[in-house]
Amino acid sequence: MPATIRLQHEPFDTAAETAALTRGRTDIGAVVAFTGICRGAEDGAPIAALTLEHYPGMAEAEIARHVEEAQSRWGLLGVTVIHRYGRIAPGEPIVLVLAASSHRQDAFAAAEFLMDFLKTRAPFWKQVEAAGSTSWVDAKQSDDSAAERWREPPPRRRDAAE
Amino acid sequence: MKLLYFAWVRERVGKPQEDVELPAGVATVGDLMAWLAKRGDEYAHAFENPKIIRAAIDRAHVRPDTAIAGAREIAFFPPMTGG
Repeated sequence: MPATIRLQHEPFDTAAETAALTRGRTDIGAVVAFTGICRGAEDGAPIAALTLEHYPGMAEAEIARHVEEAQSRWGLLGVTVIHRYGRIAPGEPIVLVLAASSHRQDAFAAAEFLMDFLKTRAPFWKQVEAAGSTSWVDAKQSDDSAAERWREPPPRRRDAAE
Repeated sequence: MKLLYFAWVRERVGKPQEDVELPAGVATVGDLMAWLAKRGDEYAHAFENPKIIRAAIDRAHVRPDTAIAGAREIAFFPPMTGG
């Protein structure tokens, strides 16, 4: 099952990406779309923008490795991952994960799995621009914990009642 | 060997990448960080806490005890904060 993986500076259109993923398909019964958006405040303080740095080459490869793992764990009929880099203003989208399956459970689980690993394993770093200065965002323990819980393979639920 | 630095590791080292000739005895990723830390104040600052620095060999995550023999490209960076 081919997957779409793109890194780009330009914003993306979630509806257009969903339409592209499902066009002409009648086997897909569920699409879960997660969009990560740049907040206008961090810890109560307003921010001007986020700048995302990435490791070209490795970022694509690492995302592809986790897409492959998601495909092996769940019954997926389509996956799209788009991650932006560069300067991103509050309110703009940062990341998109689309997971398509015949029933909703696999799509929900795969989208959550992919986001948890994008947070902790994909080589991107956020820098906050606020009040004329910049600072690097610290990694969160809660993100590590979220990724860690996928190490125990869950029971497959693709045959569960819709 | 080609070394790459990202985010605040890049800022502290003061360059995004460089080619280095490694002396004998630098066998693992951890050895390489210890060797880099002795190359000057900027490197000492970047690698002052090697436990929190992450590394990749040829674009795949590796642990500090991984051997570097045969590597084309080694990257050092802080814990990731994408998504």
